[in-house]
Amino acid sequence: MIKSILADSQEMEVATPGVNKATLLFGLLALLGVGAGIYAQVVGHHHAFANTREMPWGLLISSYAFFAITSTGLCLLAAISHLFGGNRMAPIANRMVFLSIATIMGAFSIIGLELENPHRMLLYNMLSPNLTSNIWWMGTLYSMAVGFMFVEFFSILTRQYKMAVTLGVMGAIAEVLANTNLGAVFATLAGRPFWYGAQLPIYFLSCAFMSGAAAIIIFSYFAYKIRKEEMDTDTFNGVQTAGKVLTLMLFLISVATIWRFIAFYVGGAEMARTAADALTNGPLSFNFWAIEIAFGLAIPMLLLSMTKLRSVPMMAIASAMVLVGQFISRFDLVVAGQIVPEFTGWSDLPTYLHYVPSITEMLVTCAGFGVACALFLLGERFFGNTFRDSGHH
Amino acid sequence: MKNMDFEKLSNEGTETLPSEERRRFLRFGLSVTGVFLGGSVLSLTSARDALGISDILPDAKKFPYKPHYSMVIIQNRCVDCERCMEACTKTNDVPSYGYRTKILDQKRDLGPSLQEQVFMPVLCNHCNRPPCVRVCPTTATYKDKTNGIVMMDYKRCIGCKTCMAACPYNARYFKETNRAIDKCNFCFDTRLSKGEKLTACAAACPAGVRNFGDLSDTESNVYKLVHRPDKVVWVLRPETGALPNVFYTTD
Repeated sequence: MIKSILADSQEMEVATPGVNKATLLFGLLALLGVGAGIYAQVVGHHHAFANTREMPWGLLISSYAFFAITSTGLCLLAAISHLFGGNRMAPIANRMVFLSIATIMGAFSIIGLELENPHRMLLYNMLSPNLTSNIWWMGTLYSMAVGFMFVEFFSILTRQYKMAVTLGVMGAIAEVLANTNLGAVFATLAGRPFWYGAQLPIYFLSCAFMSGAAAIIIFSYFAYKIRKEEMDTDTFNGVQTAGKVLTLMLFLISVATIWRFIAFYVGGAEMARTAADALTNGPLSFNFWAIEIAFGLAIPMLLLSMTKLRSVPMMAIASAMVLVGQFISRFDLVVAGQIVPEFTGWSDLPTYLHYVPSITEMLVTCAGFGVACALFLLGERFFGNTFRDSGHH
Repeated sequence: MKNMDFEKLSNEGTETLPSEERRRFLRFGLSVTGVFLGGSVLSLTSARDALGISDILPDAKKFPYKPHYSMVIIQNRCVDCERCMEACTKTNDVPSYGYRTKILDQKRDLGPSLQEQVFMPVLCNHCNRPPCVRVCPTTATYKDKTNGIVMMDYKRCIGCKTCMAACPYNARYFKETNRAIDKCNFCFDTRLSKGEKLTACAAACPAGVRNFGDLSDTESNVYKLVHRPDKVVWVLRPETGALPNVFYTTD
């Protein structure tokens, strides 16, 4: 059965020596990251990771959030195209479903290696669940979403499109709920005023649409690049629509960012203002102004509007910049929320706690990129025809 | 007689006044200044803060737990001898890289050239609305239904560290030997469950800084300490809405 499905879906021509080499390279990167994670488990996270009692979360949590958010965006954009049809994203929807799975796998690789006891999670998430915990809901819903998407993708491969649409919608609902719970993990901690508030969950969802659009643009660009083909009109139209979503979300995220920071400076908790200072005028200010704002929001917006979404390479460059910006933005958010000591003013605590990710943390993050990118290339090889098929059902 | 005419009268002096009259005059004066003083003090204090003391304490008739364990810290008695920390470490097998309780210090300005050194013991506040308990995915940390102590079930802890991020008091650390978060449990396993009445830190404190007991018992030391009308009682970070059970006051 698998053979007959693959005979239908695969695109052997993609597997050029170059692509094979790249796949192997990403696979090795993933292995290296997993190896680093296992090393950290053996020697203890406190030795391998730079996290402390005061700053329990760092690069791994932010990288996990980056991949999870991107996955939600891809899944949602795919579901919207599949469900409502009639929009020009349908031709890239199958690829989006697969990439949503690929990116959430990247996210799972990182979080699995970040947790101190992932084995206990498998057991006690079921035996003693806490229904008030956003972490519990996030984990459960993302797992459900992956389940739905696996079956959805299988239905696509076997051309059971009605079933695929139903499962796609279920997957998308699970992803949305998982995503807002991810936002709420931070947004409901009153002890961390930089995170606390009603904005983060909707901000995370908006970032999902933005990162998802950027991801499908850049992966579509590479999908044709590795085939050394010109992008066909249908796919180009799909990518262009993703470009419109990207431009719109860039604008909305910029608005949200501006008001979020103004709100910190006109009142509220001192801790939040000090944390905001870390970004605008402190240890995270290069990240914030240069990468998050200029490189990740302003310049891509300029590039997209100047080229009027007509140039695929330009859209791909803008998308790459957005994803870099988003990656750093997640890092800034996670770190800034904890960077101000809770007992500021006592025992000569510094204004800002010190945190620079360790090499091991960076390598584990690489596992996420390795997994997502290797899966992308494998997907093009084994399901290339299905991706091309997208628009024709 | 008009007001201005009083000035023209010669002073009779106070020595000829009967003491009854003098007392009446003083009482009148005190009640006048009392009203004004009371008024000015109240107006300097926002209604929110004035209500603060009753806000942070559970309603006396409706304590959620029995015994409702709580600690009242008389802050100005603390001299940072750290015997509490030592006792805690010894009693609860706390490793050198972690702590369940700590003493913070601060130099506070009393005037342009005058400073005082202040010490503040901190520990888990065993909140009535504990943020750590709400966020734990596996109920590895939970609030004991009888005594309100925020406890750990080490074997359920997945090490996601969300409780550490959620705690407003930096009261939690990861203990390697348990592969789980560790925190103060008012010495429940090591002392209270064995019939001891005090936590190790409270028992070790030579200055009576740490007062431990059952807040729902109106005869208890802790109940009396937080119900002294002439003393201010406060909690740390009340804005988080966690409703802590560690109270601070002064002599």
